[in-house]
Amino acid sequence: MYQTTYHRASSVDEAASLFAKGSEPKYLAGGHTLLPVMKQRLASPSDVIDIARIKDLIGIEVTGDAVTIRAATTHNDVANSAAVQKAIPALAHLASTIGDPAVRHRGTIGGSLANNDPAADYPAAVLALGATIKTNKRTIAADDFFKGLFTTALDDGEMITAVSFPIPAKGGYSKFPHPASRFALTGVFAVKTKAGDVRVAATGAFQGGVARVGAIEAALKTNWAASALDSVTVSADGLMSDIHAAADYRANLIKVMAQRAVQAAG
Amino acid sequence: MGIEGIGASVVRKEDKRFITGKGRYVDDIKLVGMTHAHFIRSPHPHAKIKGIDASAALKMPGVLAVLNGKELVDDKIGNLICGWMIHSKDGSPMKMGAWPAMAPEVVRFVGQAVAVVIAESKNQARDAAEAVVVDYEELPAVADVKAAIAPGAPQLHPEAPGNQVYDWVIGDEAAVNDAFSKAANVVTMELSNNRLVPNAMEPRAAIADYDAAEEHFTLYTTSQNPHVARLVLSAFYNIAPEHKLRVIAPDVGGGFGSKIYIYPEEMVALWASKKVGRPVKWTGDRTESFLTDAHGRDHVTKAEMAFDKDHKITGLRVKTYANFGGYMSLFSSSVPTYLYATLLSGQYTIPAIHAEVIGVYTNTTPVDAYRGAGRPEASYLLERMMETAARQLKVDPAELRKKNFITQFPHQTPVIMAYDAGDFNASLDAAMKAIDYAGFPSRKAKAKSEGKLRGIGVSCYIEACGIAPSKAVGSLGAGVGLWESAEVRVNPVGTIEVLTGSHSHGQGHETAFAQLVADRLGISINQVQIVHGDTDKVQFGMGTYGSRSAAVGLTAILKAMEKVEAKAKKIAAHQLEASEADIVIEGGEFKVTGTDKKIALPMVALAAYTAHNLPDGMEPGLKESAFYDPSNFTFPAGSYICELEVDPGTGKTTFVNFVAADDFGRLINPMIVEGQVHGGLAQGIGQALLEHAVYDGNGQPVTASFMDYAMPRADDLPSFKLSHTTTLCPGNPLGVKGCGEAGAIGSSAAVINAITDAIGNNALEMPATPDRVWRAMQG
Repeated sequence: MYQTTYHRASSVDEAASLFAKGSEPKYLAGGHTLLPVMKQRLASPSDVIDIARIKDLIGIEVTGDAVTIRAATTHNDVANSAAVQKAIPALAHLASTIGDPAVRHRGTIGGSLANNDPAADYPAAVLALGATIKTNKRTIAADDFFKGLFTTALDDGEMITAVSFPIPAKGGYSKFPHPASRFALTGVFAVKTKAGDVRVAATGAFQGGVARVGAIEAALKTNWAASALDSVTVSADGLMSDIHAAADYRANLIKVMAQRAVQAAG
Repeated sequence: MGIEGIGASVVRKEDKRFITGKGRYVDDIKLVGMTHAHFIRSPHPHAKIKGIDASAALKMPGVLAVLNGKELVDDKIGNLICGWMIHSKDGSPMKMGAWPAMAPEVVRFVGQAVAVVIAESKNQARDAAEAVVVDYEELPAVADVKAAIAPGAPQLHPEAPGNQVYDWVIGDEAAVNDAFSKAANVVTMELSNNRLVPNAMEPRAAIADYDAAEEHFTLYTTSQNPHVARLVLSAFYNIAPEHKLRVIAPDVGGGFGSKIYIYPEEMVALWASKKVGRPVKWTGDRTESFLTDAHGRDHVTKAEMAFDKDHKITGLRVKTYANFGGYMSLFSSSVPTYLYATLLSGQYTIPAIHAEVIGVYTNTTPVDAYRGAGRPEASYLLERMMETAARQLKVDPAELRKKNFITQFPHQTPVIMAYDAGDFNASLDAAMKAIDYAGFPSRKAKAKSEGKLRGIGVSCYIEACGIAPSKAVGSLGAGVGLWESAEVRVNPVGTIEVLTGSHSHGQGHETAFAQLVADRLGISINQVQIVHGDTDKVQFGMGTYGSRSAAVGLTAILKAMEKVEAKAKKIAAHQLEASEADIVIEGGEFKVTGTDKKIALPMVALAAYTAHNLPDGMEPGLKESAFYDPSNFTFPAGSYICELEVDPGTGKTTFVNFVAADDFGRLINPMIVEGQVHGGLAQGIGQALLEHAVYDGNGQPVTASFMDYAMPRADDLPSFKLSHTTTLCPGNPLGVKGCGEAGAIGSSAAVINAITDAIGNNALEMPATPDRVWRAMQG
């Protein structure tokens, strides 16, 4: 690790002001991406601003219409929240499948979304549920947030403060874990909204990161049932290919995981 | 047996320190004035080094030196050796290029060291390393074994034209040809055995400390065999004569073979310590483990098996290409030859076998022995062949095996090995009973009705352990003897220290070896201390690998114990005024049989050291040593059966049941044996389903971290059902065979046989990733 200056911010404003003063600053939440790359000397921030203990960034609120999770809430807290389990069980389930217990006790929803790893789990939920990303400057719709691999609509220094998920009529998440990293080799979040719309997002599969799957959405819109996907073919074009899964296998996984997500959603 | 004697599942003494964080590993050791080394490694699989500019690095804070391969050669530090000579079929010795500890001119795999920075702190060394400019001229590279021997392939070493190290053969080719010409059925397969990374929990590390006044070196290192390290460093690497070099291998966190070898980093640390006049420490990180620990396996094989009309095997023909990587590691040459092809008879009567093994250089990390070493490759090959043959001949796989089992012992195979004892039917029957083999068809039908693909797979393995005897291995080209030494010291107060040349890096010697002493004398294991891993304490030893420590190391202790007991009985008889022949040892006391006369061990020991009243002519003291050279290998064997289901949608495998019935001879500590089998099975199943060291076509490693290299985790594995059938090994007085590698040797084939049974397609390679299984299901 290169030398860096560590700051522990006690408020969002203090964090933003520390960020503005740094030459090459980075926010630190759970640290599950930033710290490994710093240890490998692949990142050398001048200042590391720890936002994980800012009280305003921690907590979950559930209303009749939405689940709002503040940005520094850990995966473990989301997975074990009785309110989330009741309102959007698929979201709690998704959080319970991230990494391992050590990761889940440190990793945060805001960190995961700001990093936008193409195989992270949360982006699938955010996109499929049509969530709203709240930052210290504005709110951003899910459809406008993800901009490709490790790229988001966030401006430099802009910090996610919370994510608000509309409660759907039905929602399911099914993940095929990468055998080594346990990220999503392919994960599919399928949602039927209260308005009757269908949104399906896949993570781990697309070269450009999380994306909606139109062919699956169309079939489910006609008939919300796993069997409705039997005759659907997902194109392998634009899908990732590596030693663990070739593009055509990922195309198969998108379909099979979508079927299982629908089954889980009920 | 007593409650702490042979056969008792005694809780491991050493675990108290391990599980409370009190273990003392190399990285825990800090010496006064210690400096830190950081290696600069090649990012290229094949390149010429045109220059190394360290001028900027040398000016950086804390930097003491930047040393390179040219200086190493100038100082006449020897090249790394390969310690087992193999001759090709034309009689020529194997063809090897030089392997200097740091490359002076050419690098041949990604991660090969080209220079080292010595600095006051680890971070300073790392900072400075980034300022060293290495000017490379990239050369064409080749990673695949078949591509490397193809015409026009990039050439690694001028000494080895065509990248071929050797073309070795074993067996009777004419007899095999005859068998095939008369065969009623022939089964042919092409198989690869995937390259693995050992991934011991503790990365390799070394601390070298040169004492200029004494001209003496001390090396703390992560070694499975510190005496062999000292021998090689002295005799071949020109570091220091043996009496001026002390090697200490303290607690070592796993080896699996990868810590047998003497690596460049230890050599450079010793050399650099003298250069800078300070202790030098190097601790590898996980990336360095992936790039520089000797890898395992990596075979490509074509095999053919001939059967007569009664389904008896009449011949086996094997041609294997073994990928050695960029250099020949210490025992690499022996692995695909004498540790592989000599096991190709398996548990079966095969009248004629012929194997040809072509050893090949590629631009990859060097390959050497890894848990099982050659025997997993042989076992995987044979057991896939047997399963495939049963399907082809439309007979039950277990029945086909039984029909061909060796049942008379000793049995001389056509490939050197003479099996001394075994009961292969007993272990297969035990495994079949444990898994309810007969009930499988109905379970398969039920699973099918639920939309699942269920399969069952058998694997009957045999291995050769306790690698020996020295005379035999010497005649086959080994550069070392393969005996073991022990010394038993009874202290004046009756406590006992056992010095052993075996080395424990997870095996539990401190408990199991103490159990022998406790058993012999009827004392507690707490009165016994096992001492190992220090060349200043233990006179010599060959170390621990090849499942040899119980069969060879513990037998050496037994031999020394017998001498101690004989002398102690003489002293006791003298003290008790009885006949030596009437003395028996029970409960820590020497008793005159048939009387109530007795003397406790501490009093015998005290008498030996006070020497006030010893038999005439007897030397004082109670300490004996022994060197034990076995008469043969031992032959652990067993049967593994795996039952699993494949998800038709994803190709993912889920275990239903995994049973193991092993014959390890006598068990010293069944709990430790169980742990060894669990670990071995995890590695064998890891090879079958998950692990694969992959290089791209240009020789760049693709799996150099746990993000890409899939290590088995608890939830990847089933709960194992273990059992034992026992035939005692006649080759050693304890009747033990060894248990450290069996799981890794026997399990891979059982898993793949079960998957191919489930999906109905035999065209499947390891690791059977969901993608590959799904693809095989498509037809």
